[in-house]
Amino acid sequence: MTPKSATLPLLTFFIAPAFLIYAVFSVYPLISTMVLSTYDTDAAGGHSFIGFGNFTTLLTDDAWSGPFWNALTNNAVFFAIHMAVQNPVGIVLAGLLSLPRLRGRHTYRTLIFLPTMLSVVIVGFIWQLILSPLWGVSEGLLSAVGLGDWFAPWLGQEETALITLSLLSVWQFVGIPMILIYAALLNIPEDLTEAAQVDGIGHFRIFWHIKLPLIAPTVALVSILTYVGNFNAFDIVYAVKGAIAGPNFATDILGTFFYRTFFGFQLQQGSPTMGATVATVMFAVILIGVMIYLALMQRRVQRHAF
Amino acid sequence: MRLKFTPIAIHTVLLTYTAIALLPIALIIANAFKSRRAIFTDPLALPGPDSFSLRGFAKVLAVSDFELYFINSLTVTLVTLALVLLFAAMAAWALSEYAFRGRLFIGLVFAVGIMVPIRLGTVSILELMVALDLTNTLTALILVYTAQSLPLAIFILTEFIAQIPKDLKDAARCDGVSEIHIFFAIIVPLIRPAIATVAIFVMVPIWNDLWFPLILSPGEDTQTITLGVQQFIGQYVTDWNAVLASLTLAILPILALYLLLSRQLVRGLTAGAVK
Amino acid sequence: MAQHFRWLINAFAVLVASLASCLPAHAQELRIESWRSDDRDIWTNIILPAFAAHQPRIKVRFTPTAPTEYNASLNARLAGGTAGDLITCRPFDAALGLYKQGHLIALNDLAGLEHFSAVARSAWSTDDGTVTFCLPMASVIHGFIYNKEAFEELGLKVPATEDAFFQVLEALKKDGGYTPMAMGTSDQWEAATMGFQNVGPNHWRGEEGRRALISGAAKLTDQPYVATLRHLARWGAYLGRGFKAQSYADSQTLFSLGRAAIYPAGSWDIATFRAQAPFEMGAFRPPLPQGAQDCHISDHTDIGIGVNPASPNVEAARTFLQWMTTPEFATLFANALPGFFPLSSHRIGLEDPLAQEFISWRASCKSTIRNAYQILSRGIPNLDAEIWNVSAQVINGTLSPEDAAARLQAGLAKWYGPQQK
Repeated sequence: MTPKSATLPLLTFFIAPAFLIYAVFSVYPLISTMVLSTYDTDAAGGHSFIGFGNFTTLLTDDAWSGPFWNALTNNAVFFAIHMAVQNPVGIVLAGLLSLPRLRGRHTYRTLIFLPTMLSVVIVGFIWQLILSPLWGVSEGLLSAVGLGDWFAPWLGQEETALITLSLLSVWQFVGIPMILIYAALLNIPEDLTEAAQVDGIGHFRIFWHIKLPLIAPTVALVSILTYVGNFNAFDIVYAVKGAIAGPNFATDILGTFFYRTFFGFQLQQGSPTMGATVATVMFAVILIGVMIYLALMQRRVQRHAF
Repeated sequence: MRLKFTPIAIHTVLLTYTAIALLPIALIIANAFKSRRAIFTDPLALPGPDSFSLRGFAKVLAVSDFELYFINSLTVTLVTLALVLLFAAMAAWALSEYAFRGRLFIGLVFAVGIMVPIRLGTVSILELMVALDLTNTLTALILVYTAQSLPLAIFILTEFIAQIPKDLKDAARCDGVSEIHIFFAIIVPLIRPAIATVAIFVMVPIWNDLWFPLILSPGEDTQTITLGVQQFIGQYVTDWNAVLASLTLAILPILALYLLLSRQLVRGLTAGAVK
Repeated sequence: MAQHFRWLINAFAVLVASLASCLPAHAQELRIESWRSDDRDIWTNIILPAFAAHQPRIKVRFTPTAPTEYNASLNARLAGGTAGDLITCRPFDAALGLYKQGHLIALNDLAGLEHFSAVARSAWSTDDGTVTFCLPMASVIHGFIYNKEAFEELGLKVPATEDAFFQVLEALKKDGGYTPMAMGTSDQWEAATMGFQNVGPNHWRGEEGRRALISGAAKLTDQPYVATLRHLARWGAYLGRGFKAQSYADSQTLFSLGRAAIYPAGSWDIATFRAQAPFEMGAFRPPLPQGAQDCHISDHTDIGIGVNPASPNVEAARTFLQWMTTPEFATLFANALPGFFPLSSHRIGLEDPLAQEFISWRASCKSTIRNAYQILSRGIPNLDAEIWNVSAQVINGTLSPEDAAARLQAGLAKWYGPQQK
């Protein structure tokens, strides 16, 4: 498509509203946060310029670097679990839903997407109640199938809390990869698969060898959306474990670390400047991930072009 | 390897997953209608004649203003959605249709917004809202959410506009129709199917957000349903009847709305996908 | 760099001015920020109507935030100018920080402040004692609340010493009918407040030990602190199944449903249990370690209230505070919220027998406050936060008492001069 040239007033008319709102309420705050990360706060709330001092503190002072690396590692685990569980389950569900002549697909799709519509706060409370050792619902359910001994206070143990939280998040958001991949699958022209069907090739092999490669770009898109979403996550940990992300910071991710640094917790005062520093580092982490994604996509496109 | 996909196997898998998705929600709703005793002695039972109780609901409705919270959430979500759809479609059109200096730059600036959470700028957003005297208003939320949603919406809509056949536009241009007219009369109707996709990505995070209502608009009159429920549960956390009832009250409206609209939403998705 | 965007803001200010929905101005409306969400009904239905009878033109609303979120969300609202007119103050450094940042006004000239002792005021005064920025409201006392019916059923006696205490727990565990003790480690703070700060003062001899830490004469690796942590390490065996995922509210529910026999308490829990527990309750003070003669209790100056200088109604807010210095308020407050013991010098009658039991310990034991609250939590790592963390870990069995003490000491010595010698 060859773009047309246009007059300035016309361009302004089309672009200005979006750009103005976006610049004022998103770009400006982000830039000013980055600027703030190069300042120090005193007890009276005044600021003074210190260059990269905050970053040095964050990465080298053990009182800061310990919690920071812990949060980053936990966040990586959080992301890995989403990639290993949420996206494959989403692909399988989408694959099943897109099978020809499936009855009730509309109902399935609607119902499976439902948890995604709920607020994270509500999902957090629901699961907290269900997993609560006090209420005994999950223990009762496990006992009913003879696995009563398997029950443990998953949200309270260091080894299991993060995995449990990640799975709660997967439970809620599996609808998003499902619906995106489902739409991509419907986009595949039928003649591509018809020939295979005529040859008597099973649905599974059609899916694996023909459809999946075709929707690979969508899967990549879903992955990067998951990455960005996961490294921004905050609500689920906050709703279930609070800002101190216990036990012993086992569920602390960058979002909760940022929140505590910025607003403070219990007797520790919040620091806008250190908060801004953490925010800037989060920005960098996300940017690095996105760059890698873009580089890989670029290479892929080039390979296909030649 | 050859897997046999019998309809029964497929339905078993789908039904199992549907159950996993729905049972936790059903459990909460069922127990909201039971007495405190019954909630603890037999959580898995449905409310029966001797365990039925509406005490939780009575408490919630007596001490909090759920109706107002719901209307606040609805206002914020719908106004934002309308602004985002209009402004994003306009910008997406201009970015994909016209050649001009700075196009790449503007495109890149928006692209960054897809990846960077606006939450990271909270400190400055707060200062900004104070300067504009917008704290404790729904307007503050609408502006932030619009800014937050525009990049992704522009991205989705640009992809979509790129697929619109050239002939349609060129034919109109030959007839001397103005560019603004082309956009509103030809392009807007054509991108309607994409609205569903955008709506899901825009509405869900906004409806569910806790962060900005907590910081920008925590006042009694401007609480959204998510914040309202969160605060309410924080206040009555030992009263399980009230907690379960408030969760149910928060779930049911969105459930009803979603089931009502789901046909439209999905039709939009698939209509866009057929071509 | 930020300057480049200023013009955008200005342009936008004009644009949104028309959109901005103006809130109707209530000239005399006050909003109270508080973490006491459990007390919302009592403020709204009892305390505030009593004030309204005096000052019908000042309307006051009580809008609490959940305790774990209070500090953070209050800071955010103060920074953003959306905070309420009256601010409930945490003691010592948390409130001092707010005062230094200009979020609290000085109250030295408030009529009625003379009814509060210097000790009560010290929690909300500058280090040199010259400025008081919050009106002291109440202190809370730690101890144990128990289910009398359960004790009678099993023929158990209230324990006075630590040995007796663990014998009671063991007997309860053997019987199996009740969870011996209702506490969880999911929220962490109970492990520190109802655990460490509850049984600890008897070990470190209350004020004596607290001051020794501040002066640097004692270390957290000393015997009293290790002994306190060793005591806590034994709790895990007697808490409910799945206590690691049990929240504060879960513990309250477990006890008020009558399923647990003992509840490590803050006196503020009395009001909640009065409303929910259908059985008779008693209270006993923290048990004495072997060989200890005199007892020490945590009688912590916990809650004060101050005025937000950004409020449009500072005068009305001061009027409200003045009313809070009267005997009328003290009586109303103490009886509506048994377990919060007013700090003014007015003589008041307490009606609740459990509250009477708690306050009676003041006569027989020496009072102290939580040891991390004054001065010792001004640096990073934060001693109070560290105590939360290690107390929960020690009870969970994931950290030994000795390692926990070493960690506390290392963290404090990292930034606190007197501990570095």
